Amino acid sequence: MCDTCGCSGDGGAVLRKPGVKGYHVHVGDEGGHHHHHEHSHDHHHGEVRKVQMEQDVLLQNNLLAERNRGWFEARRVLALNFLSSPGSGKTSILEKTIPALLEQCPVTVIEGDQQTTNDADRIDALGVPVIQVNTGTGCHLDAQMVQRAVKELDPPERSLVCIENVGNLVCPALFDLGEAAKVVVISVTEGEDKPLKYPTMFHEADLCLLNKTDLLPHVDFDPAKCREYAMQVNHHLEWIELSARTGEGFDEWIAWLNSKIAAL
Amino acid sequence: MHEMSIALSVIEVVVDKAREEGGGRVTGIELVVGKLAGVQVESLRFCFDAATRDTLADGAELLIEESEGRGRCEACGERFAVTNFFARCPACGQFRVTVESGQELAVRSFTIE
Ligand SMILES: Nc1nc2c(ncn2[C@@H]2O[C@H](COP(=O)(O)OP(=O)(O)OP(=O)(O)O)[C@@H](O)[C@H]2O)c(=O)[nH]1
Ligand SMILES: [Mg+2]
Ligand SMILES: [Zn+2]
Repeated sequence: MCDTCGCSGDGGAVLRKPGVKGYHVHVGDEGGHHHHHEHSHDHHHGEVRKVQMEQDVLLQNNLLAERNRGWFEARRVLALNFLSSPGSGKTSILEKTIPALLEQCPVTVIEGDQQTTNDADRIDALGVPVIQVNTGTGCHLDAQMVQRAVKELDPPERSLVCIENVGNLVCPALFDLGEAAKVVVISVTEGEDKPLKYPTMFHEADLCLLNKTDLLPHVDFDPAKCREYAMQVNHHLEWIELSARTGEGFDEWIAWLNSKIAAL
Repeated sequence: MHEMSIALSVIEVVVDKAREEGGGRVTGIELVVGKLAGVQVESLRFCFDAATRDTLADGAELLIEESEGRGRCEACGERFAVTNFFARCPACGQFRVTVESGQELAVRSFTIE
C-alpha cells in the first residue's frame, strides 16, 4: 500500500521529489501492465495446442530502454547508470562529482532506492533537480521507471543524467535503462574478489570506480588484484581508483566524464 | 530478487500471446535460460507459482532448458564451452573470452487448452 495516498500500489514504484510535499507518482498507472483476474471463456476444452514463441523475456524492458536511449541521444544527454553493493559510495561520489561539473554541464539525477528519499535529499542539497524512485519491494530500476522519471525531470539538452540504481550487485545487471554507460562502484572495504563473485555485473559494466582508496592503509585490500579479477571477467572494462572522502583520483574521473560530454 | 520480475515478464509475454490465440488456459510454459543469463533457475521456479496466480497461466507447468555457454578467445580465436565470464582459454591460457551464447532468457513455447 502506498504510504502517501493509501492506495494499493501493488508494490509498484513511486516517484518522489525532495521538498515537494505530497508529490508522488505511481509508475505504470497509465497503461501499465497489471495482472487482471482472467476468465477464460469460449475456448475448446480438452484440445491442447503448442504455441511457438522464441521471445526474449526482457524484450519489453529492452524496447523501452532503446526508446530511452534514442531520447537521450536526440537531446544529446549523457545518461550514466551507477551500480554497486549497498554503501560502496555511489551517492558520495555524485555529491563530489556534480559541483565539479556544473560549470560546464547541467546535471540532473534519478535516485533509486527501495525506500526513503535520503539520497535524493543529499542531491537536492547540491541544488540540482532530482527525482527519487522508490521501488518498494523491487530490487532494481527498470526502463519504465526511468522513462517516467525522465519525463518528470525533463533534462536540458547537452546535459548529464546520473541514475543511481538500487544498491545491489545482482539484479540491476539485467535491466537495461537506456544509459550510455554502466559505472560500477566497488570500495576497498569489500572483498577484492567481488568481480568474480558478481561476474554478470562486472561483465555488463563499462567503467569501474574503485572507491574509498583513503582507507587502503587500514584494510587488507590489493587494488591490483581486484583489477586483475575484474579484467578477467570483462577485458574491455575501464578502471579508475578514487576517494569520495579526499577527492584523490577525481581528476581522472572528471576527465573521463568530460571526454564523454565533449562527444555528445 | 529479480527472478520475481522475470517471472512476471514471462507471464505477461505468454498471457498476451495466449489472448491473441483465443484466450484458452495455458497449461505449460517452456523457457530457455542460458547458464550465463544471470538468472537463478531455482528462484525463478520459486517465483513462478506466485506470478501465475489468477492469470490464464495459473497452474501451468514450467519447463526450463538451461543452455550452455560458448565463448571465443579474442587472443587466439579458439571457441570453447564456458560456465562463467572469466573463463581461461584452453588453447592459449588468456582471459580474453567473448561470450557468444549462454545469456539467452527466452520463452520458447507454451501449450494452451
Ligand atoms: N572513508 C570513506 N568513506 C566513504 C567514501 N565514500 C563513501 N564513504 C562512506 O560510505 C558510506 C556509504 O556511502 P554512500 O555514498 O551513501 O553509499 P551508496 O553506494 O550511495 O549507498 P546506497 O545508496 O545505500 O547503496 C557513507 O558513510 C559514506 O560516508 C570514501 O571515499 N572514503
Ligand atoms: Mg546511495
Ligand atoms: Zn586463446
